[in-house]
Amino acid sequence: MSSFWSITLATLAKDIRLEWRSKDALNAMLFFSLLVVVIFMFSFDPLAEESRHIVGGLVWVAFLFAAVVALNQTWARELRNQVLDAYRVSPASANSLFLAKALGNFILVSLLEALMAPLFVVFYNLRPLGPAWQLIPVALLGTWALVVNGTFFAAMSLRTRSRELMLPLLLFPVSIPAVISMVAATTNILTGEDSAHFYIVLLLTYDVVFTTACLALFETVLQAE
Amino acid sequence: MNSIKFLYAAYIATWTIHALYIGSLVRRYSRLRRQMKDLGK
Amino acid sequence: MKKAFPILAVLTAVLLAYAFYQAMFVAPTDAMQGDVYRIIYYHVPSAWTAFLLFFINFVASVQYLANAKPSTQRAAKWIVIAIGVAGAIAPFIPQVRQQLPTGMYPSSVATTAIIIAGLYFLVGRYFPGQSLDLLAVTTAEVGVVFCTIVLITGPIWARPVWGIWWAPGDIRLTSTLVLWLIYVSYLVLRRFSDSAQTQKLAAVLAVFGALDVPLVYFSIWFFRTQHPQPVIGGGGSIDPGMLHVLLISWMAFLCFAFLVCWSRYGLEKLRREVEEAEALESLLEPAGHAAPSSKAKIPLSRGSR
Repeated sequence: MSSFWSITLATLAKDIRLEWRSKDALNAMLFFSLLVVVIFMFSFDPLAEESRHIVGGLVWVAFLFAAVVALNQTWARELRNQVLDAYRVSPASANSLFLAKALGNFILVSLLEALMAPLFVVFYNLRPLGPAWQLIPVALLGTWALVVNGTFFAAMSLRTRSRELMLPLLLFPVSIPAVISMVAATTNILTGEDSAHFYIVLLLTYDVVFTTACLALFETVLQAE
Repeated sequence: MNSIKFLYAAYIATWTIHALYIGSLVRRYSRLRRQMKDLGK
Repeated sequence: MKKAFPILAVLTAVLLAYAFYQAMFVAPTDAMQGDVYRIIYYHVPSAWTAFLLFFINFVASVQYLANAKPSTQRAAKWIVIAIGVAGAIAPFIPQVRQQLPTGMYPSSVATTAIIIAGLYFLVGRYFPGQSLDLLAVTTAEVGVVFCTIVLITGPIWARPVWGIWWAPGDIRLTSTLVLWLIYVSYLVLRRFSDSAQTQKLAAVLAVFGALDVPLVYFSIWFFRTQHPQPVIGGGGSIDPGMLHVLLISWMAFLCFAFLVCWSRYGLEKLRREVEEAEALESLLEPAGHAAPSSKAKIPLSRGSR
């Protein structure tokens, strides 16, 4: 069991180190995230009375776009040098590779969210009327929901034409209940009108169900020729 | 009554979609038969 | 078997015509909606047919994945038997009976559980090996066709009755939309995937989709409790005269769906035969250039992109 986690963490550390050495992709993604927030600010009037009701949706759509950009490059490095083939024949569990990639994406997307969220607060003058601390579980669970399925579908898209298009095409339908929950929870917390409790529980359920499914089926996807 | 038009629209839409799909099946069938014949040569 | 097709086609056409006659002239007029409610006789049977087809796809996908190894195959069989037995007995236990939502009879839950288990074994028996995948493709595609009809007739029905085309909180229509999206993405994956393991990947996607559907249902259900919206398609009990026609309509559409699936299944078999023949031909071709064909794909090299 400990070797499983040591492999996972080693792979994760390698990814972080490689990404850190050449921050090009990271910087491009950060800038993209900034642009998305700015575009939204111009498209959806921040001064409108109703803005507090729609910001929940805007924030998560912006996060979704940023996540897709991040997820699309998940396996790019592995493909270039036949690393994926090496992984297939190694005795390491496929799931340790999956978890390493998913955790790496989680960190990356959280970083992007950490950049975008303050911008939204600034542009939309956000002040949560409900319990603000609940935004943390919503953000964590919601991000994991997007990332765990995103990493999985990115692997599924590897051997398809239009790989970058395939990922959102597969990810979005399956993510709909998570997106509904994230947006509704965030809106409820910001407007203070209703409780976000049910949605947080639903997000947790979603995360458990799909993390299990991904771990159970990743081996099949990895071995696909 | 105006709303009866929606009833007709729904029924026409249903059969149009079915017709289009069956048409695509027929088209694919004939294309495959042609390919099979070409290969048989 | 092939000779039966024209006869069945004629019978189905007759049945559909009869159902149409019943729907338009025999079924009583709705007190509130007038005659426009008769859309229900196309809308609801299409929905039930689509759901049945998608469910068969799910069963076929699970079996396809489970059959990869004998151990998982056996495990899956036992799990299905357990579901069937538990589902048949549990609803009659008093504690469980109380938990059932109002209107759901224990006998219908039991019957559904037995049908689900039975369907699994029927599919396994009549569609061995690769034909399981043929069944999956067929039911997915025909299911999408019927689902499209549901999504088009739904708003057409809603507009005159409720004044709006769509209500995001309408749990049935929105769940159907998500189901449609999942299966369209399933078909796109099949079309775009070059892998020799496309079938396995598609089966995995079908499993993910099936896991997703109850979550979609719950999320919209709760959303609706906080944002009350009209229920398109009406809730509540249905007049027995209408139910009778609804069932006739459903039977007619099931027969029709069966014939379409049969055709699609045959088409897929033919397509694979042609693909194999073409692959064989390009293998046997001497150094010369093989006849260009878009379908011949032999995965001889990895990472060719």
